[in-house]
Amino acid sequence: MEVTQVLLNAQSIDGTVRKNAEESLKQFQEQNLPGFLLSLSGELANEEKPVETRKLAGLILKNALDAKEEHRKFELVQRWLSLDGNAKSQIKAGLLKTLSSPVSDARSTASQVIAKVAGIELPHKQWPELVGSLLSNVHQLPAHAKQATLETLGYLCEEVSPDVIDQDQVNKILTAVVQGMSASEGNTDVRLAATRALYNALGFAQANFSNDMERDYLMRVVCEATLSPEVRIRQAAFECLVSISSTYYEKLAPYIQDIFNITAKAVREDEEPVALQAIEFWSSICDEEIDILEEYGGDFTGDSDIPCFYFIKQAIPALVPMLLETLLKQEEDQDQDEGAWNIAMAGGTCLGLVARTVGDDIVPLVVPFIEENVTKPDWRQREAATYAFGSILEGPSPAKLIPLVNVALNFMLSALTKDPNSHVKDTTAWTLGRIFEFLHGSAVDSPIITQANCQQIVAVLLQSMKDTPNVAEKACGALYFLAQGYEEVGPSSPLTPFFQEIVQSLLTVTHREDARESRLRTAAYETLNEVVRCSTDETAPLVLQLVPVIIMELHNTVEGQKLSSDEREKQSELQGLLCGCLQVIIQKLGSSESTKYLFLQYADQIMGLFLSVFACRSATVHEEAMLAIGALAYATGPDFAKYMPEFYRYLEMGLQNFEEYQVCAVTVGVVGDICRALEEKVVPYCDGIMTQLLKNLSSNQLHRSVKPPIFSCFGDIALAVGEYFEKYLMWAMSALQSAAELSTHTTGDDELIEYINTLRNGILEAYSGIFQGFKNSPKTQLLIPYAPHILQFLDGIYMEKDMDDVVMKTAIGVLGDLADTLGSHAASLIQQSVSSKDFLNECLSSEDVMIKESAEWAKLAISRAISV
Amino acid sequence: MAPHDIRRPFKRAAISDQQKRRELSLLRQAQNRRDAQQQARCLASSILSLQSAAPESQPEQSDIELETVPGAEKESEAFSKDLDVRQASKLRGPEVRKWFARQLMLPEWMIDVPDRLAQDWYVFARPAGKRCFVVSSNGTTVSRQRNGSILHHFPSALPAGAKIRDGSGSAQSYCILDCIFHELDQTYYVIDMVCWNGYSLYDCTAEFRFYWLNSKLEESGACNAPSHYHKFRFSAVPVYNCDQSGLHAAYTGVVPYAKDGLLFYNKHALYQTGNTPLALVWKDENCSQYVIDTDGKGEIPSQQQVVLELQDDRKLVTSDDPPVLFGCLDGDIIEKSGLHTGNLLRFAIGDGGLSFVEGKLEKADLIYLGKSNRARAFADSYSKVLFQFMVRHSPLKIDDLLASINSANDQEKTPSDIEMVG
Repeated sequence: MEVTQVLLNAQSIDGTVRKNAEESLKQFQEQNLPGFLLSLSGELANEEKPVETRKLAGLILKNALDAKEEHRKFELVQRWLSLDGNAKSQIKAGLLKTLSSPVSDARSTASQVIAKVAGIELPHKQWPELVGSLLSNVHQLPAHAKQATLETLGYLCEEVSPDVIDQDQVNKILTAVVQGMSASEGNTDVRLAATRALYNALGFAQANFSNDMERDYLMRVVCEATLSPEVRIRQAAFECLVSISSTYYEKLAPYIQDIFNITAKAVREDEEPVALQAIEFWSSICDEEIDILEEYGGDFTGDSDIPCFYFIKQAIPALVPMLLETLLKQEEDQDQDEGAWNIAMAGGTCLGLVARTVGDDIVPLVVPFIEENVTKPDWRQREAATYAFGSILEGPSPAKLIPLVNVALNFMLSALTKDPNSHVKDTTAWTLGRIFEFLHGSAVDSPIITQANCQQIVAVLLQSMKDTPNVAEKACGALYFLAQGYEEVGPSSPLTPFFQEIVQSLLTVTHREDARESRLRTAAYETLNEVVRCSTDETAPLVLQLVPVIIMELHNTVEGQKLSSDEREKQSELQGLLCGCLQVIIQKLGSSESTKYLFLQYADQIMGLFLSVFACRSATVHEEAMLAIGALAYATGPDFAKYMPEFYRYLEMGLQNFEEYQVCAVTVGVVGDICRALEEKVVPYCDGIMTQLLKNLSSNQLHRSVKPPIFSCFGDIALAVGEYFEKYLMWAMSALQSAAELSTHTTGDDELIEYINTLRNGILEAYSGIFQGFKNSPKTQLLIPYAPHILQFLDGIYMEKDMDDVVMKTAIGVLGDLADTLGSHAASLIQQSVSSKDFLNECLSSEDVMIKESAEWAKLAISRAISV
Repeated sequence: MAPHDIRRPFKRAAISDQQKRRELSLLRQAQNRRDAQQQARCLASSILSLQSAAPESQPEQSDIELETVPGAEKESEAFSKDLDVRQASKLRGPEVRKWFARQLMLPEWMIDVPDRLAQDWYVFARPAGKRCFVVSSNGTTVSRQRNGSILHHFPSALPAGAKIRDGSGSAQSYCILDCIFHELDQTYYVIDMVCWNGYSLYDCTAEFRFYWLNSKLEESGACNAPSHYHKFRFSAVPVYNCDQSGLHAAYTGVVPYAKDGLLFYNKHALYQTGNTPLALVWKDENCSQYVIDTDGKGEIPSQQQVVLELQDDRKLVTSDDPPVLFGCLDGDIIEKSGLHTGNLLRFAIGDGGLSFVEGKLEKADLIYLGKSNRARAFADSYSKVLFQFMVRHSPLKIDDLLASINSANDQEKTPSDIEMVG
């Protein structure tokens, strides 16, 4: 088939032409996939063809190999692997040939497609000759082909994981890349491509970085590249340094002084994109050291894998002045621009990280700068001084900071209302928020907020909420932390006298015309939520009064009207904020019996509104409304049954929402709430729910994080409906069993182990719920056949020695539940299990109260089962 | 390959409020799940196992003479039977609630004034709040409400109530306190002491228990302000001899908590679980916000409502032992509403009211309303129904109580033996 014309048509401005072309491409693909892919690669390789069709051909080819969604990606990989070998060879040959095309777009597209093919084939030990053939004559290539080859290597390293390329090939890749970067390479494009390729190849260079000579060489080449006359090369070289700072932190000591000199020069003199990367290097070092020091703190033995070299602590005498200089380079209006990122912002952010890394030591280095600049007539100086102050509030000890804050607080409060510059006010409000976040609350010994200044602080913040949107948003943020600090204040809160006024002011903010700017409306509702969360019994009547107000607001959003897609998005966002606010109120008022009864008079009305919010959409449910319904079910208890007939279909819709897996997860949680609220009244809905949950488990489209809560939910259902669960027992047990087998042994990184533990916990919670649900029922014997496997699972995870405390507690509880429900039927099985001895003893002597409590329960239940 | 974005969050909190809401929801759900499972397991293991161990542990304070009362032995036998681990742990749902409710001493309502009020009774103002059992053992403290659900799990200065104590925290060391948790000042008001530092006070008289409570609680540091190892303050309530000045003090005296009526404890009574006429509660509008029962919505229904248990032979009875018969339910209603023996049913008392012959209930005008809230573990007691009836028609007033004390003063003293109903 002649694809050129079709590809041209596919880019036509005429919609009909375009649509037809897309349709025929689709047909071609469906009828003859190898032919289709082959003609695309032919098009890409053909120098006679127009550049647009060559590019599009490459792009379609690339999309036939990879997709964002995991399951789709998996399908495409399988499809490629099963494709006719002959066709694949031809396609790959065409792609490699394109790398030497004089047309740069064609080369660049081909290098990306090659990397995609390699990403599929190399892990399957296919296309082993790829790296060799790319590198075979790289020195003899003309510059444009060399550049394309290096670019391909870069993409390749980005695409495949280091373990599929052997060290010999890694060495060859690095050699070619480093040669391409070196000053002896005359062509700028080649040097740039090589530098960018190195960025991706760094992850492969573990062995090379362990070899002193090779590391010295690599570092020298990178550092030299930071001095290149070409700005893009300098930028790419600094990107390499940033990447090295996190990947090879522990190897940096010999180079850190030189790197400081290079970065300092770049920050002060170079163009912004380069300077930003240079600052990022230090931010990245801070990230590393904060992590290491945190690990030190959490572990008394102090034997972290990576030692801390205290680079930042040593660098601060020079680093801090350099960062303070950057603060003075603000852009006008950066606070109104959501996307802004400039040297002052990067410098300030880095200063904050430095403060978290070194703690008290930063204070004397920053205070003179603040004192010198904070009263200057130039707004840049006042803003920089304030920003510096705000940046160092997290890290140093309260003892060091509180005296400063006590001096500064009044000045800040007056600047917030009186400073003529909006930028200064924005930063001042932010700084006040940081003061309240880190230095106000029950954990701080000497309070900075007293009876004497509390009223003034509230008054200033409320006034500031009338300022420009960005300033008002920061004022809301400050109020958020002010309220949070009083969370555990006891029965009486200092905010009580102002509660009404605060709530009123926040509601006024939400109605501002410009409330959508600077996420002001969101901030106002979030602050309202925190004020409600942290309120005390004294103000419970006022929180109750808020209910009809929010109900009315939400009601206004569901009034039927035709909406444009932009309006629909606004509506949905506002509904989310209001449902979130109601959720917080429900949870607050529902937590005490007296307020709960008063609140429940609104339950019908609120539930009606949630259903209307759902009805605003066609295929998805609103996550915030779903979360709020969970809280409502908990508050209403069995009375929630009356909402079920109408609510059920949305529940089902939520469970089916694979794309927005958060929604699915939230809905699964709500099923649990409903089970606990309705107990056996949930029976009529169980068929539908269980069917959907089982379907979800067997789907490979669903995000894995939703699976553990689904298992826990089995437990919730079983506990609620008791022996009625019999219908689902076989299916549930079989799903549990296969998941249990998968999760017994773990190999992988921390993240995977964490996930496996979450999965285990879900499985175990399911077993607990099922055993407890069947207790004392004549159908208990149905569970006996499953006991050996469950005990085997408990023994298995015990032997693995990698379960966390939560799993331990749940696991030992399951042992108790099994003994409790099966009694003498399981006595001999239990006695044979490792869990009933070593594991139980380990739990009995645990420091963790919850584990101990569960273990004591298990011990009791086992002794009973065995004695009978 | 384009340059890599290095933008970091600027002037932003690390966590969004939505994420916080999600996490708090998950936390609540996990907590609720734990509660549901523990309730199913009847995981009062601290109470369960401690009780079974209690009889073996000899009182350490042997120098103290205990006033034992006839019937004590029988009483403790019955008690240990109640606490049989095997029975208790097999319970589910409402059974758990009943079991827990049975572990507390429940006062009857004062429907007439007992004799010798001034000599044999204590009086104190009852704090308004959640009645709960507080158990400290093994370095932690747990409070459980009447329905068995955990109210708090926390460290406290009670013996064995937090991890920091040593020595005294032996395996036998534990405490069980009968408390009311007062929300407003977040304080546990201790109204009775059941076990202290491994020493059981079940078989001790109220006189001794209150004496012990007042001296030991203060000593332990449990009355101190909350701190890291002592999350909630405990406080004793002022207890008075029920003479004229004592009653007056309890009725009008200023206390740091909201009052919910007055409690009268017979000085010689042991700690008896379940309903007992040796502890009485009385209230009027001056000393309680909740004199007349409200319905689920917090409103006072126009007609008095009662909850009765349906028995095999369609009889409707109270929760007393032996139960008091209030009437029979129409077979039609049973059929139509699908009712079973043991169901708790809600009735209104109609205009016919309650009629008595020789002090005994003869007839009640009952109007069937429906099944009661499932959280209920018991039917109403006879004394409660009667007290509520009286409140609506001819309440027992504080003056009646004072008058009774005065008239008793005038009279010759009656023999001092008190028959234990135990």
